[in-house]
Amino acid sequence: MFAAAAAAILVAIALAITRAIKGPTVFDRVLAGNAVGNLAIVLLAVVGFLTERPEFLDVGLTYGLLNLIGTLAVLKFFRHGDLAYGAEEERTS
Amino acid sequence: MRHFSLAGFLFAFWLVLSGHYTLMLVVAGGASAVLCVLAMIRIRVADAEAHPIELLWGAVTYFPWLLREIAKSAWAVTKIILHPSLPISPTMTVVRASQRTSAGVATYANSITLTPGTITVGVNGNELVVHALVNEGALDLEGGAMDRRVSQFEGAA
Amino acid sequence: MTAAVEIASWVLILLGSFFTLVGAFGLVRMPEVFTRMHAASVIDTLGVGVLILGMCLQAGLGLVTLKLVFLLALFFFTGPVVTHALAQACLHQGINPHLAEDRRSIARQQSAESDGRQP
Repeated sequence: MFAAAAAAILVAIALAITRAIKGPTVFDRVLAGNAVGNLAIVLLAVVGFLTERPEFLDVGLTYGLLNLIGTLAVLKFFRHGDLAYGAEEERTS
Repeated sequence: MRHFSLAGFLFAFWLVLSGHYTLMLVVAGGASAVLCVLAMIRIRVADAEAHPIELLWGAVTYFPWLLREIAKSAWAVTKIILHPSLPISPTMTVVRASQRTSAGVATYANSITLTPGTITVGVNGNELVVHALVNEGALDLEGGAMDRRVSQFEGAA
Repeated sequence: MTAAVEIASWVLILLGSFFTLVGAFGLVRMPEVFTRMHAASVIDTLGVGVLILGMCLQAGLGLVTLKLVFLLALFFFTGPVVTHALAQACLHQGINPHLAEDRRSIARQQSAESDGRQP
C-alpha cells in the first residue's frame, strides 16, 4: 500500500519536473521546484513507513523548513536582484 | 505570563521532537527553551504576534470549519483539472477585510490562499486583491461568509 | 489494530495519492502561472493532508503521529506564504494573469456603496 503511494508521489514529482523543464517563466520553475520539495517531504514520510524507520520523519521536518526558506530566498532574489534588499533600505533611511 | 507559556510550548516541542527522556536531554531542552525565550525578548519578538495564546480557543472552532472549506474547494478544483475542456474563467477581484488587528487580516488572507481556487495576490490596508480560478470562487468571497467567520475567530480572543 | 482502521487508512492513503497525482497533472495542464498555482495548492492541502491523515491512522497514538501532525501544520502555515510571495513576485515582474473577468473596480464600488448604507 505504501509502495503504491510512493509510486504515485514519484509520478507526481516527474510531472512537476516536466513543468520545471518546460516552464516559460522563471516563476513556473520556482513553483514546480517548490512542489517537488513538498512532494519529497511526503515521500520521505512514506519511505519512513515503508522501511519501518520513523527517523525519516525528522529528516522530513528539516527538509520542510529548508524548502520554505530556499523558495523564499530564490523569490526574493528574482524580485529584488539582491538577497539583502530590506536590510539595505533600512540602513539608508 | 505570555513568556512562561511560550517557554512551556517550546519545551513541549523539544520533548516531542526528541523522543529520548534521559535526565541530561530533558534538562538541556528546558535550558534551551528558556534561552530561546530570553533571546526572543531581547530582539523584541516575544509579543502577541509571535505567540497568540488568546486565539487558541477561537482556533479550535475555526480550523475544522476551514478544513471543510478546503476539502470542498479542493474537490471543485480537482473536477476542473480533470474536466476534458478545462472550464476555467480566471477572475481578479478585491474583498474587504473587516478584522480589527493585523493578525486577523493575515489570518483571512492566508485562509483565502490556503483554499485551492483562490489566491491573495496583494494587500493594501484592509483591501485584499484576490485571483480566483473560476468566477464563482470570486463571487463567493465577495459574499463575505469567510470574512465573518474570521472576524468571529478573532473576536473570540 | 482493528480491520476498520486499517481499511480507513488504506482508503485515505489511496485518496491522497489520487489528489497528489491530480494536482501534479494540473501543474502540467494549466495554461499560465497563476492558474498553475491553484493546481499546486491542491497538492499542498488535500493531497498531502489526506496522505498524512492516513499515515496517522497507520501509526496509531504516539510520537510518530505527533510528528506527522507537526508536518501537516508546517504545510498549512508555510504553503500560503510561499504562494503569496510567488504571486507578488510575478506581478512585480510585470507578468499579469490572463483574465476572463476583472471585477476589481466593480467590487470596490460595491463595497463602497455598502459602506455608505451601513452607518
